Amino acid sequence: MSIQEIENQIIEEFEQIEDWMERYNYIIELANGLPLIDENYKTKQYLISGCQSQVWLFASYENGKVIYKADSDAIITKGIVALLIRVLSNQTPDDIINAKLDFVDKIGLKEHLSPTRSNGLVSMINQMKLYALALKQSLSK
Amino acid sequence: MDFNKIRKDFKILERKVYNRPLVYLDNAATTQKPQVVIDRIVTYYENENANIHRGVHYLSQISTVAFEAVREKVMTFLNAANNFEIIFTRGTTESINLVATSFGERFLNAGDTVLLTQMEHHSNIVPWQMACKRKNAFVKFIPIDEAGNLLLADLDKLLDDQVKILALTHLSNALGTINPIKEIIAKAHQKNIPVLIDGAQAVAHMKVDVQDLDCDFYCFSGHKLYAPMGIGVLYGKEKWLNEMPPYQGGGEMIKTVSLTEGTTYNDLPFKFEAGTPNVSDVMGLDAAIDYVNNIGLDTIGKYENDLLAYATQKLATIKGLKFIGTASQKASVLSFIIEGIHPYDIGSILDKLGIAVRTGHHCAQPVMDRYGISGTVRASFAFYNTKEEVDTLFNAINTAVGMLL
Repeated sequence: MSIQEIENQIIEEFEQIEDWMERYNYIIELANGLPLIDENYKTKQYLISGCQSQVWLFASYENGKVIYKADSDAIITKGIVALLIRVLSNQTPDDIINAKLDFVDKIGLKEHLSPTRSNGLVSMINQMKLYALALKQSLSK
Repeated sequence: MDFNKIRKDFKILERKVYNRPLVYLDNAATTQKPQVVIDRIVTYYENENANIHRGVHYLSQISTVAFEAVREKVMTFLNAANNFEIIFTRGTTESINLVATSFGERFLNAGDTVLLTQMEHHSNIVPWQMACKRKNAFVKFIPIDEAGNLLLADLDKLLDDQVKILALTHLSNALGTINPIKEIIAKAHQKNIPVLIDGAQAVAHMKVDVQDLDCDFYCFSGHKLYAPMGIGVLYGKEKWLNEMPPYQGGGEMIKTVSLTEGTTYNDLPFKFEAGTPNVSDVMGLDAAIDYVNNIGLDTIGKYENDLLAYATQKLATIKGLKFIGTASQKASVLSFIIEGIHPYDIGSILDKLGIAVRTGHHCAQPVMDRYGISGTVRASFAFYNTKEEVDTLFNAINTAVGMLL
């Protein structure tokens, strides 16, 4: 599925949940589905800097697609990371780099990506795109 | 005092967030403003606005008189000896930067020490680190115990010949600890060490008498005292302020300026007030001080202490909840963590339930390091908060725990 298709799927899932607390329950559930980063990689090198909740991110390349694994010490952050990886993982570098990720705003979680520095999500999205770019460039050599 | 009636002075407290009533418990971050403060700023701009101190025309004169009258009021509010010992700044952070830079410039030498504490807000740490770096001096700190009290047994030893200034908080924004600053100041003065007090949190919750405390500097921010953002105060004893070089240069702080003969500086307080002051927000500060004095800080303090005690007692019943900051002398601030749950998650769910608290290190990373944690959830109370709001907080925390564990 394309990035846009996955985003639409997610928007639909959330539209069916009206109550905020139910949405958060869903996000907490999604945290369990996060492709977990190997414990060995939970080091400073793979840590995305954010103010409070920490996020670790690992990227690899398989058959022309970027695969992400991650973890976070805060469950809600972990759930949102799971959503982002669902959208961006197993896609081509170009598609990842160009993804606008409107879905986060559309499901009402925009404040988790705000520049208040309270989590590493903005930095993580940037890092995911940087990894995609770097992998693309190292392969084109 | 009818505190329910007082709530009506704060329109913002009637609003909803995510379709729920706002429960504003982030007063240590900033306070809400009573209508009179908002109105005062508006009427200033509608009727009086002009630049001050140099003007010849009517508006300039009434603005200048009004502005200097607020300086008098702040002097009375702090019980300072002289109105020229009251400097208007942008806030506590700027006040401390002013002293660290200017006092540091004049009095810090290589090998000297600036003594702080482990519970300081970054604004009372970083300016000193920067000043020490410039002069090859060092920062040392008084440690805290598990409850969040200063380990004063170490104080005599720490106040040695190298210490040029001691800077510490009156009331910790992360822990709620009220420090026994009068005793500490007396000890420091025995060794001729001046003391700067960070009063950002304290002024809204208790009376401050700078002559009684005998502190050398006292700083606070308007926006934590129901006044606008962008205005603050530095109180400094005349003897220090006279010896300190100017901080910022520009208009207002000069006597004469020449491109060839050099420049001479103005007297106190203007020496430290370069450029056009934030006149409108000084007026807002005036209205806020009046508002608070009308209720009375003793009355406010007692009400808030009762509320804090009620909140502490209620939250203590939550399984896995641990308070960070359990000093016997506390005010306003209730910081906690819950075993197995990240503070950010709790804060996010409380937010969706309409409750405004703060999570994280509260600009006090050394405190968090001391407890080996990444952050806390902090509720901080003001006189417009109620027992019902504490009950809402209690229920919401339980809901969050149910979802997250």
